[in-house]
Amino acid sequence: MTARRSGSDVTEREPEAGSELGDPPADGPLTGATPASPAPSESQASSPNGALGETEERAPGPSVSLEQLRAFYGENEAVKGLDVEFRANEVTAIIGPSGCGKSTMIRCINRMHEEIPGARAEGRVTLEDLDVYDPSVDVVAVRRAIGMVFQKPNPFPTMSIFDNVAAGPRLSSRRHGDLQETVESALRSAGLWEEVADRLDAPGAGLSGGQQQRMCIARSLAVDPDVILMDEPCSALDPIATLRIEELIDQLKQRVTIVIVTHNMQQAARVADRTAFMLDGRLVEVGPTQDIFTKPSDPRTEEYVTGKFG
Amino acid sequence: MGTLDRFSVSPGRRRRDRIARSAILGATLIALVPLVLIVYYLLRKGLGSWSTSFFTTDPTGNTFFKNSSIGGIKSAILGTIEIVGLASAMAIPVGIAVAVWLVEYGKESRFAQTVRFGVDVLTGVPSIIFGLFIFIVLVVGTGSTYAAYKGSCALALLMLPVVIRSAEVILRLVPPALRESALALGAPRWRVIFRIILPTALPGLITGVLLAVARAAGETAPLLFTAGYTLKSNFNLGQFMNALPLQIYYDVTSPTTSIEHRAWGAALTLVSMILLLNVLARLIARRSRIG
Repeated sequence: MTARRSGSDVTEREPEAGSELGDPPADGPLTGATPASPAPSESQASSPNGALGETEERAPGPSVSLEQLRAFYGENEAVKGLDVEFRANEVTAIIGPSGCGKSTMIRCINRMHEEIPGARAEGRVTLEDLDVYDPSVDVVAVRRAIGMVFQKPNPFPTMSIFDNVAAGPRLSSRRHGDLQETVESALRSAGLWEEVADRLDAPGAGLSGGQQQRMCIARSLAVDPDVILMDEPCSALDPIATLRIEELIDQLKQRVTIVIVTHNMQQAARVADRTAFMLDGRLVEVGPTQDIFTKPSDPRTEEYVTGKFG
Repeated sequence: MGTLDRFSVSPGRRRRDRIARSAILGATLIALVPLVLIVYYLLRKGLGSWSTSFFTTDPTGNTFFKNSSIGGIKSAILGTIEIVGLASAMAIPVGIAVAVWLVEYGKESRFAQTVRFGVDVLTGVPSIIFGLFIFIVLVVGTGSTYAAYKGSCALALLMLPVVIRSAEVILRLVPPALRESALALGAPRWRVIFRIILPTALPGLITGVLLAVARAAGETAPLLFTAGYTLKSNFNLGQFMNALPLQIYYDVTSPTTSIEHRAWGAALTLVSMILLLNVLARLIARRSRIG
C-alpha cells in the first residue's frame, strides 16, 4: 500500500487480469490499446496499472470525464446527457434534490449501474485516456481501479475485521503474500487502525456504524484504487462519525480522486474542492465549491443552495 | 359512565371472541391428536423390538420357523444411508447450482421464470411417478434389472425441486448490498458467489438440504421398483439393496407377528433418523446470519 506504485506491485498483479473468468467482457485486458487480443497472457504486459497510464512519477489519482452520459432504468431516463470532469486528486461533491440522478451518475462511473436488471448507460466515461465502456475493457478491472463506498456500511457478515479489509485483494485473486501489511496500511489510512488493532479477528459486523463505514473505506482502499466514489457515505452516521469520515476524505485526496454524493450542503462545503449541482438528470453547473455556494451563475443553483427548494 | 361507553366491549362481541378462540384452540388440539398417536404407537410398539442384535444383524428371510431368528434391520439402515447418500451427492450440487443460476444470472428473465414454473410442477409430482420414470428409463429401458443407484436416481429427482426451491429462497435473502459491495471491489462474479454469497447463505442452505434429505430418506414408492429388495447388507450400489422404507413395506404385509413387530422397530428407527436430521437442520438454521 505504501509503496503502491512500485514495479513489483505491477508485476504482481499481472497474472490475474487475464485469469478472471468472471464478468463479460473478460476478453481483453483493461487497456483499449490492444483490442480483442486473442492471447491474454501476451497482452498482460500492459497491466491494469500500466493501462491506466500510471507511472511512478505521475500524480497518483487520474481524472474522470463524463461525456454525454445518459443512464436508463428500462424506459426511464435517469441521467439525461451530462458532461463533467472530475479532476485528479480533488474532491468533487455532487449535490441536488432526491431523484435527480446523482447516485445513478456515479454508479455509471464504475459500471455498477449495469448490475441492475434492465439498466443501461450511453455516452462516454473516461478514466484519464481509458474509455471505461470500451467493449475490450474488463469491467472487473474497472471496478478495481474505481472503488465505491455505499450509503449504508455493509461489512461482509461472515468475515472478521481483517478478512473484510482483505476481501478485495483476496476476491480479485491478487497474490496475498503481505496481506497483513495491506490490511494494516488500509486500516491506518481509514483512521481505524488504533481502534481495532487488538481485535482484527472480531466480526466486522460487531463494530459501530461509524467504524463499520471506515472499515468499508479501508476495504475499498485495500485494492489500491485510483478513484473512490462515495454515495452519501455519512447519511447513516452520527455527527462525530461523520466528522471523522470527512477528515479522512481530506487526507485521501492526496492519493485518489474522490467523487462524493451528498445531501448535506454543509458537508459539500466542508470537504469538496469543487461542487456540481444536478437537477432532473442534468448538470446545472459545476465549479469551485466556494463559488457554487456564494456566487452561483445559475439561479436554480442559488435557489437550491439557499434552501428555496429541494 | 357517559363518555367511556364507546370504549367498552359489548357482551356480544366478548362472547363471539370467546367462541372463536375456543374454535381455533380446538382445531389445534385435533391436529395434534394424530401426531401424538403416531409417536405413541411408534414408541410403544417399536421400542419393544429394539435390541443390539436388531441393529447389527441382517434380516434372515425366515418367516416360518418360530424358534429360529428373523434377524434385524442392519442391511436396511445401511442401504438407506447409501442410497440417500448417493441421491444427495447428485441432487444437492445440481440443485444449488440451479438456485444460484436463478438468483444471480437468470433473475426475472423469461427462461428463469419457465425454470421456476418447471421446478414448481416437479415439486408437486407424486413420488411414485419418479420411481416409474426411472423404472422405464433405467430398468426397462436398459433391459437390465434393479440396482441401488437407480433408486438413488429416483430419490435425487424427488429431492431436486425441494433443494432448488429452498436454496433459491435462502439466496434471495442475501442482501443485495453485499453483492454490490463485493462487485464494486473489483471481484469477478463467480468469486463473489463462492466467497461472499454462498458462505453468507450457508446455514440456510444446509437447513434446506437436510430437510430434502430427510424427505427422501422416508420415501418408499420411488425405491419399490428401482432399488430392488434384498436381505443382505451390501456396499455395491450396482446391486439390489435394502432400505428402511422397503423393509417396513415388506414386513408390515407379512402374516407373521414377529416380522410385523420388526416393521414397527424399523419405522421407529427411520423416524428417529429423520428427527435427528430435522433437529440438526434447526440447530444450523439458528446460526444463520441472514433473514
